[in-house]
Amino acid sequence: MRRYLSMTALLVGALVFLFPFYYMVVGSLQESPDTTVRGALPLGGWTLDNYAAINGRVDLVRSLLNSAIFTGGVMLGTVVFGVLAGYALARLHFRGRGTLFAVMLLVQIVPFQLLIIPIYVMVVRYYGLADSYLGMIAPFAINSTAVFIFRQFFLQLPDDLFAAAQLDGASELRILWSIALPLVRPALLTAMLLTFIGPWNEFLWPFLVTKDTELQPLAVTLANYISNIAGRAANPFGAILAGAVVLAAPAVALFVAFQRRFTDLNLGSGVKG
Amino acid sequence: MLQKVFGRQPLGAVFAAPYAVFLVLVFAYPLGLAVWISFHDYFFAAPGAVVERPFVGLANYRTVLGDPDVRRSFVNVAIFLVINVPLTVGLSIVLATALNSVARLRTFLRVSYYVPYVTASVALVAVWLFLFSSGGLVNQVLGPLAPDPSWLVNAGLAMPVIAVFVTWKSLGFFILLYLAALQGVSGDLYDAASVDGASPVRRFWHVTVPGVRSATTLVVILATITGANLFTEPYLLTNGGGPDGASTSPVFVMYQKGIEQGNPDVASAIGVVLVLLVLTISLVNRKLLERD
Repeated sequence: MRRYLSMTALLVGALVFLFPFYYMVVGSLQESPDTTVRGALPLGGWTLDNYAAINGRVDLVRSLLNSAIFTGGVMLGTVVFGVLAGYALARLHFRGRGTLFAVMLLVQIVPFQLLIIPIYVMVVRYYGLADSYLGMIAPFAINSTAVFIFRQFFLQLPDDLFAAAQLDGASELRILWSIALPLVRPALLTAMLLTFIGPWNEFLWPFLVTKDTELQPLAVTLANYISNIAGRAANPFGAILAGAVVLAAPAVALFVAFQRRFTDLNLGSGVKG
Repeated sequence: MLQKVFGRQPLGAVFAAPYAVFLVLVFAYPLGLAVWISFHDYFFAAPGAVVERPFVGLANYRTVLGDPDVRRSFVNVAIFLVINVPLTVGLSIVLATALNSVARLRTFLRVSYYVPYVTASVALVAVWLFLFSSGGLVNQVLGPLAPDPSWLVNAGLAMPVIAVFVTWKSLGFFILLYLAALQGVSGDLYDAASVDGASPVRRFWHVTVPGVRSATTLVVILATITGANLFTEPYLLTNGGGPDGASTSPVFVMYQKGIEQGNPDVASAIGVVLVLLVLTISLVNRKLLERD
């Protein structure tokens, strides 16, 4: 009895959680938005025009490419320098390790948004990196949560393995490359998926640093469309929702495809201080 | 010699150096710069231009604390937290407990609850704008009960809508934290409680809730930090913190004052106050966190 009750509650909750996604897709495919209750289950009036409309207003392909470059840059920085740092923090004894670890934890508590003014001053005024991919990527270049996860996974590897490799005279670089990395490959994928979400969905920073529409990622172009020009479109909500579907789809698709990696990941250890 | 300076494995320092430099550049230095700017009469100048920026003591902080816009934004965040934090903690602990107990449809259910978390705020705000517009589906369902003025343009409802939006958007992550914590609650405790004749509700209150207390501390901290960070929702969902500033947030005011109006000194002071608040909250809970 109790099982059925919690199952029913969970299913109802899940449908409530998913409804806005359903409504987003349906709304993006309608000729004219019908906001009545019946309109939530439309039988006709399907069209792809809204996708053409949003593509006419903002350069979708260009925006997607910018999002991909921004996200790709962050992922590259994280996988190269984050893995090195995570490995050093887990396996190597060097001076300053404790301090670095403490600062890494502190970074997760003090959010980036609170430092936007000085970072804006540095990136835009000191280094003149406004309207550049580098300026967009730089503050996110290494994801600290990913570094933490890398460290956790390297810590879990058996000590004997490293001792044996050292006895055999393998260099640290060789141990990392040939022994440690292959063992944590599944964890790498998980951390990279997690890293993907950040820059792909980020709005505030690219919004501040790019004024040139040629460089803006999709989250920014869509937000600008919503706040500036939506009123002038024939079917503003249809076009907005079409843009929202395009922005949401890659992250949702990756998440659904690799959902086991998210759900099985013990994120608790990833954020606990 | 090398080992004396850099420790037993100097290569570690080499491996960690790029990340250390990164942290200095995007965290330590900006933190110091924020404090420095907040104590000076700072304005934007062309790159490389040498300009005078006199020390002004606490003047920027006085401006911040005396500014009704800033005070309003802090009150708004307080309203946000009063709604968001209990809702987040309550829903995520109940849902995680329920998810933990069912075996069927496990994947479907978890994906449903997590998917708002992985989706861009901008995309989700678009749907909520549609759902909560004056002629939108929510008001259609409510019929005569629909609020007037409508949700997003109603001074009393704009912030609560944002609080509910953020709860929905981030709940998946907190459910994940609770699910992890639940694995650490001993099954023996539940068995003992059952033998003693405790009802499921009592078992939940007396075994589950105390068992995941450290996770609750973490969830409260993280939810508070999320509240301190609000920007996209007031900017887009309520069209710039509207109506009449009823849904502004400190980060939104920082953006307005610092970048739109060109007063980075005042904006930095807001940022420093927020960092101090966030750190205080986290330090208060530090002991609980360290236990894990």
